[in-house]
Amino acid sequence: MKYPITLTVNCEQYKLGVAPHRTLLDVLRNDLELRGTNRGCDSGDCGACTVLMTRPGDESGRAITSCMVLAVDADGADITTIEGLARNGQLHPLQQAFVEHGAVQCGFCTPGMILTAVALLKENPHPTQAEVRAGLAGNLCRCTGYAKIVEAVLAASAHPVAEATR
Amino acid sequence: MSWKQFTYLLPMTLDEAVALLAEHGPEARVLAGGTDLVLRMKSGQWRPGCVVNIKRIPGLDKIRFDPASGLRLGTLVTAADLARSELVQTHYPILAQGAGGMASMQIRNLATIGGNLCNAAPSADLAPPLIALEGSAVVVGPDGQRRVPLDEFFLGPGQTALAPGELLVAVEVPAPRPGRAAIYLKNSPRRAMDIAVVGVAVALTRPHQPAPRPDRRCEDVRVVLGAVAPTPLRARRAEALLRGQEINEERIAETARMAAQEAQPIDDVRGSAWYRRRMVELLVRRALLQLTEGNVPQ
Repeated sequence: MKYPITLTVNCEQYKLGVAPHRTLLDVLRNDLELRGTNRGCDSGDCGACTVLMTRPGDESGRAITSCMVLAVDADGADITTIEGLARNGQLHPLQQAFVEHGAVQCGFCTPGMILTAVALLKENPHPTQAEVRAGLAGNLCRCTGYAKIVEAVLAASAHPVAEATR
Repeated sequence: MSWKQFTYLLPMTLDEAVALLAEHGPEARVLAGGTDLVLRMKSGQWRPGCVVNIKRIPGLDKIRFDPASGLRLGTLVTAADLARSELVQTHYPILAQGAGGMASMQIRNLATIGGNLCNAAPSADLAPPLIALEGSAVVVGPDGQRRVPLDEFFLGPGQTALAPGELLVAVEVPAPRPGRAAIYLKNSPRRAMDIAVVGVAVALTRPHQPAPRPDRRCEDVRVVLGAVAPTPLRARRAEALLRGQEINEERIAETARMAAQEAQPIDDVRGSAWYRRRMVELLVRRALLQLTEGNVPQ
């Protein structure tokens, strides 16, 4: 049995029919072919599948692990994935900071790291290093040792236009 | 049956949800935040025939506070909402503290109070603080509404006082009490993304008297232990040692030792029973010292 849902992803509206067991992560990757959202542990521990979600009537742009959300439960939500961050060919200040600070190595954790950081800076525009580390606690990186990631987020927070998405 | 085959139900009202839960009985599972349910379904640990998503029912995600009647937290209030709420931070900081120490930002954005309580993990971070503040569960079922004090809500790991067809709709916490302060101390090897090896919540009420000469008498106290018994546990004998007594270091030490005796910990991958008992004593003592000496509000 498939259930009809409507998702707005990176400002585009999609009408889909999905089986109830499918996760938002699975639908983003396999139905919408947005493969920047990665499947790591598939159990909410690694943060590679993090996206920003706004449910109707709820606070905007919450970072969530999309492997833990059933697609049917995301019906009506507005989603931002890593593909939706850049504007008019311009990288988001956090993306730019990750490039400039060498905060990307293999790149698998990067989309989740950046989207979590977007949510973090929206809530706390000028975090301390400890607050950045606590904010990124749900995102695992096995390459960088985190130092450069934390530097990148702190650098972006000092930037005048670390403007949050939508 | 594979977990891929289940019926997805989306009630729009509380009445409809209760009717669906009654109709489907043990086949049904409630979907709130999904951080436990979805994982258990993926792993095959739970194979419900139907999933009842309660997120479209209006009002279940509200935080309401009234200085006279206290706090009412809808079952869908997330850990993130609780940690960030100014009302909660001001009047019940121990709840914001418990919620803010859970998991990661992403999971706090999904995980709900209702899920944390109804999954009834002995280590659930919200249970000890809510029990310490004398919270109660508001439960709606086929026979109407009832309230269950949270210290009677947990029956065992994964087991609660909810009868088949009943739904937890809110948690109520009485109005802040003058002279009461409360704290939650969590022991876990990592500072984030970890469940409690031991959790201790203490609420201490002293006769309300302004500084600089605070009263040293314990008017009332609740000592609640997490992750050291099949359910969150009130250390009632420890409470009795302190209640009505003058608070001094010796009595605090005695109370902490009694709490450690009352704990019923097990050995598991996170810690041995011996270690957990030692940690209960340490954390209860530390909590009482901080509440007595320090300036912990509410």
